[in-house]
Order: sequence, then C-alpha cells, then structure tokens
Amino acid sequence: MSTPALKLQVENLHKRYGNHEVLKGVSLSARSGDVISIIGSSGSGKSTFLRCINLLEKPYEGRIVVAGEELKLRPGKGGELEAADPQQLQRLRTRLAMVFQNFNLWAHMTVLENIIEAPVHVLKVSKEQAVQTARKYLDRVGLKGMEDRYPSHMSGGQQQRVAIARALAVEPEVMLFDEPTSALDPELVTEVLRVMQQLAEEHRTMVVVTHEMGFAREVSNHLIFLHQGRIEEQGHPREVLANPKSERLAQFLSGNLK
Amino acid sequence: MNWEVFSDPATLALYGEGLVTTLSLLLSSLAVGAVLALLLALALTGSVAPLRWLAGAYTYCIRGTPLLIQVYLIYYGLAQLEWIQARWDDVWPWTHFKDPFFCALLAFALNNAGYTAEMLAGSIRETSAGELEAAQAMGMSRWQTLRRIVVPSALRRTLPAYSNEVVMMLHSTSLASTVPAMLDVTAAASRIYSDFYLPFEAYIFAAAIYLSITFILVGIFRVTERRYLAYLAPRRA
Repeated sequence: MSTPALKLQVENLHKRYGNHEVLKGVSLSARSGDVISIIGSSGSGKSTFLRCINLLEKPYEGRIVVAGEELKLRPGKGGELEAADPQQLQRLRTRLAMVFQNFNLWAHMTVLENIIEAPVHVLKVSKEQAVQTARKYLDRVGLKGMEDRYPSHMSGGQQQRVAIARALAVEPEVMLFDEPTSALDPELVTEVLRVMQQLAEEHRTMVVVTHEMGFAREVSNHLIFLHQGRIEEQGHPREVLANPKSERLAQFLSGNLK
Repeated sequence: MNWEVFSDPATLALYGEGLVTTLSLLLSSLAVGAVLALLLALALTGSVAPLRWLAGAYTYCIRGTPLLIQVYLIYYGLAQLEWIQARWDDVWPWTHFKDPFFCALLAFALNNAGYTAEMLAGSIRETSAGELEAAQAMGMSRWQTLRRIVVPSALRRTLPAYSNEVVMMLHSTSLASTVPAMLDVTAAASRIYSDFYLPFEAYIFAAAIYLSITFILVGIFRVTERRYLAYLAPRRA
C-alpha cells in the first residue's frame, strides 16, 4: 500500500505580536485522509497557527506547502512574511477551506447564496452546477430545504453546518476548522461533531483546533498538543491522551488549564 | 379663508408645474448624488491616503456650510467670475451654468453626495470583520470582497438612514425657490401668495403636496427595507 499523498506541509512557523512570541517553530504534515486535532490551553497559539496556514495571520518565518505547491512568501513591511504572488495565494486559499468559530456566514445572503458564492465567483463554476453541488452538500449536512433562509434566522448549530457546507462546496484539499464548536450551546455541539465525523469517514483531510477531547480521541488519527507556541507532545490520540508523557499535557487533561 | 382660488385650473396648473420641477430636481439630484456618494465612500474607506484626504475635505466642506449658501455660490457666485463669463456662451461644460435648473441640480447633487457618502462610509467601516475574513479565506481578491460582500452589505445597512436623507432632500428642494427662474412647489405657493394675498392657503396647499410625496417616498422605502433588510428582521416562528 503506497503512502497517501502529502496534502499539507507546514514547516517551522514563527509568529510574534510585538515582543510576544506566539509561535516558536511549529510544524505539521497532513497526508490525504488525516484528521489532525490540535489542542492546548488558551494562548498556546493553536488558532494563530491554523490562521497562519492560509495566511490570515502573517508568520515571520516558515514554509507552507499545499498539495505540493509552495506558497511563495517574501518579507513585507514590519518584518512579517507576506504572499509574493497574490494570485497564487488566492488560488491556494481555495484549496484550503476554513470553518470559523463564529461561523462567519455572510449575513445579507441566503444559505444557498452563501454556499455558491465562492464556487461561482472565485472558481468560476457555472451557477447551475454550483447550485446542484450546494444542494448536495446541504443535504449531506442535514439541512435540506433551508436554501432560502437567512443565517440570522437559524440556530448556531445550523449556521455552523451551513459554514461546513460552504467549505465543502469548493472541494478543498484540506479543511481547516478553528474551534468549530466553541461558540455553540452544548446541545448543538453534537450535531456539528456528527457532521465532522462523517467527513472524516469520507477520508477528507482535516486539521481541527478543538477543545472537544471526545472528538480528538475518537475521530482524529493524530493529536498535537501545543503549549506556549511549541509542540509539547504529539502522536496517536488514544496513546497520547491515555498516557501523556509530558507533565503539562497531564495537567491540561486533568482540567488544570494554565 | 378663501379656498376657491384652488378650484381655478390656472392655480392648479401652476402647482402642477411646480410639482414637476420639484420631482425632476429631486430625482435627478438623487441619481447623480448616489453615484458620487458611492465613489466618495470608497475613497473615504480606501487605502489610498490622498484620496481619503480629498474625500474627507469634500464632505467636511459640504456638511460644514448651509445648503442655501451652496446654492447661492453656484447660481450667483459662479456667474460673477469673469473666467466663467468668458466661456459660458460657447465652451461646452460651462454653457450649462447659464441654466438655472443645472445650477440647482449641481448644488443639490453635491450636497446629497456629501451627506450620503459619510453614511455609506460609516456602514462600510462597520462591516463585520468575520465576514471579511471568510471572504479572504475563500480566495476572494480585495476587489471581489468589496464588490460582493462589503458594498452590498453596506448599501443595505445604510437604507434606513438614506431614507431620511431622501426625505430631507425633498424638502431641501424648496430652497430652489430662491433661484428666481426656478418654479418649484414652494415658488408656486409664493406666486399664489403674491397674486392673491393668501399666504396661509397657499403654503398649506404646498405643505400638503410635500406631505403626499413624503408619504409615497416613505412607503417605497418601507417596501424596499422589508425586502433587502429581511435578514435583519426577527425570526418569524
């Protein structure tokens, strides 16, 4: 059996805000079908790391390679790296779809319009095809028939599932999830996690920043524990969570968040 | 009270002519003002500093002076300049300045643009940062984000304040009556006043006309808001 293709390679990311170093050399590799969970206490840099991958945050050192193509970076004003080729950045961003903690759906558009927006206007897919794809993914996340609703008229769990459908509609190589259930009521968390589990079972490549240890243990096949900007420990979730080698991870898991 | 003067067709025709002038002034200055306002708002919120400064200076001047003075400056003031006088018989853009309707239109459009631009700029600045990030993360260019997310959202959110501005512009057109050659509704009322010495009846009739137009404008905006601001309406169970 040949090794699955390397979908995402992030090497040695460094990021600082002023004098405060948030990421001190974090690397990650994702092969096709990997579901990588990133856990850590607040301030550990996990969301920042995820947002550096699609350059929503600008690192000051590091390499990002998406599906074999390296994102060309050059130093900009202020010392941070910026995209040397804006067109390439836009293109690579369509290969990485992101699901945000606060859903970030476009409020003035209906559910259907939200989902077809990127395929039609960025990927230049025909509208009919985009609508077909949108309906398919809307059904997949369990929201059939909600095409003409506005996001503000839906529950948080429904909105997040629309956001997932929107990410799926661009057929990404890797899906990035930034604490997707952190803003949801506990009852609504399950429906979103269930959708994410289905995506994992379809062998989609996912990188998930999360606090949901159950998801991390059951669904992901690699776990990264970040502490103060460094990878403290990583490995297969069942081993790492059952037998943490580092003291900080043990503390974190026992609920003592520092 | 002498209301019989209003059953005279000549009186009604005078008000009718005034109504046509008022409405054409209102609609054309709104049309020109809206386009100008959009450009100014993009300049005010854009990344090019000189444009930002120029647009800001423009809105400051417009909002810092009374509309009446702006009308006087354009209608009377420009006519005094020898530079304009030498050109306004033959050279194309300046020939328009001999037309009182054009002068009034210019003053109202510039004024409307100044106020509407600031309203629109405020809405643009208020655009949710999360929605912008989502657009970027989806691979949209800055221009696409502006065109598909920022401006449509800002235009919708400006609607309620804009309806206020439109109604105010309707009533501001009454200042066109200070321009001697313009016969708008207020000027028609003044004419009736001077002809028949009936100030109360004349101006009450004018007020009734303005009230009716306002009623229609407000109705149009209510329908428009119900459609375009549906996403802000409370959930209907």
